[in-house]
Amino acid sequence: MATKSLKARNNDLANTQRQLEILSNGIFADGELPTFGDKIKETNQFPLRPKKLEILQINVGYMCNQVCAHCHVDAGPDRKEIMTQETMHQCLEVIRKTGAHTLDLTGGAPEMNPNFRWFVEEAAKAGIKDFIVRSNLTIIRANKKYHDLPAFFKKHNIHVVSSMPHWTRGKTDKQRGDGVFDKSIQALKDLNAVGYGMEGSSLKLDLVYNPSGAFLPGDQMALEADFKKALLEDFGIHFHNLFAITNLPISRFLDYLIASDNYEDYMYALVEAYNPAAVENVMCTNTLSVSWDGWLYDCDFNQMLNLKVNSKVKHISEYNEELLQNRNIIINQHCYGCTAGAGSSCQGTVA
Amino acid sequence: MSKNYYDAADLRKFGKITEWSEELGNKFFEYYGKVFEEGALTAREKSLIALAVAHTEQCPYCIDAYTKDGLQRGITKEEMMEAVHVGAAIKSGATLVHGVQMMNKVNKLEM
Repeated sequence: MATKSLKARNNDLANTQRQLEILSNGIFADGELPTFGDKIKETNQFPLRPKKLEILQINVGYMCNQVCAHCHVDAGPDRKEIMTQETMHQCLEVIRKTGAHTLDLTGGAPEMNPNFRWFVEEAAKAGIKDFIVRSNLTIIRANKKYHDLPAFFKKHNIHVVSSMPHWTRGKTDKQRGDGVFDKSIQALKDLNAVGYGMEGSSLKLDLVYNPSGAFLPGDQMALEADFKKALLEDFGIHFHNLFAITNLPISRFLDYLIASDNYEDYMYALVEAYNPAAVENVMCTNTLSVSWDGWLYDCDFNQMLNLKVNSKVKHISEYNEELLQNRNIIINQHCYGCTAGAGSSCQGTVA
Repeated sequence: MSKNYYDAADLRKFGKITEWSEELGNKFFEYYGKVFEEGALTAREKSLIALAVAHTEQCPYCIDAYTKDGLQRGITKEEMMEAVHVGAAIKSGATLVHGVQMMNKVNKLEM
């Protein structure tokens, strides 16, 4: 398993333009498969337009203690893109006045941003209804300075959303790195110990499941039941909901798909599973994504492809919700990942 | 036309059988879909049965399809291999149980 990001390896795919070329060439250029734009035109869903803004998702940096094989951020210890306190100040101004009810902090490992705690404390004061931090779990056990994160999250009533690709060690470590499973289990126990994920607890702990390979996620409810049973029986661990998220064919997952000769089959699977009902609720219709350097995107995936919002307002420093809401969402073939089957978003299925 | 009898990409075209016999094709896929719904057996159990049968039928398309289906359902490779052994055991059992017929015949023919 690679221990460096595509960027650090100078991989061809670290260039987002190259990724976009791949997604537009081959089976999509020769008409074997319809482009995403053509597909949503069939059901008069083009152009894709925002609905009411509900979620502000802020990526506070691409640095991470893990180098997961499927990571769409291409995150890792070698990534130095970290949100500055100045940009955080600009974000806070927006958080205070936004109509969104959910604030969603992500990364990389957001906790590795040196101003993470300060930012959480300030943002929590804005009284946003649902304050999510996407934690990779192992960070809690990675270093002594992170051991008190469960208590810190609790203090600010943070909704913790954590990745857990499988309830078995083998599958988890294969995707996320050796030792990740055991550390994740310990971190979940730490979160349970302060009340997270317990039945009836207002301290929300949800898990994210990504398939560990070139296949789509199965039924979210069935997977949740399997995860709950296995984690409780084997480790005494509790959690609230499981979000099944489809891997989008970009960045490291795209690299994997091509290297393993699975790219075409995967794209076929996505297109075959296309569900117009999922298009209705794709997350770009209710979310805005902010990058570490303050640029605005329709979603975290477009951020990683460097596809900035199609609006006069493109940066957090000039944020204007009304103007932003009046934009066309930028789409490409990777969008099929969010519309397959029951759909996929950072909140799990959408249809 | 492909020079091989089997082409993995043909699995994607399975639905096209309907084009040359719409009514029967549609009836088959409707039946097929219904069979794999949750019922007295879970969809997960049915997936493992299908995987075992895919092997005894030695259908490469079915093996591809139900291996992927199993992964999507979070079925582990240990579970999948056990299912294949169930199929293999029945296959070999079916061969061996005919040994009784052979024994009967020998006993009848020999003085």
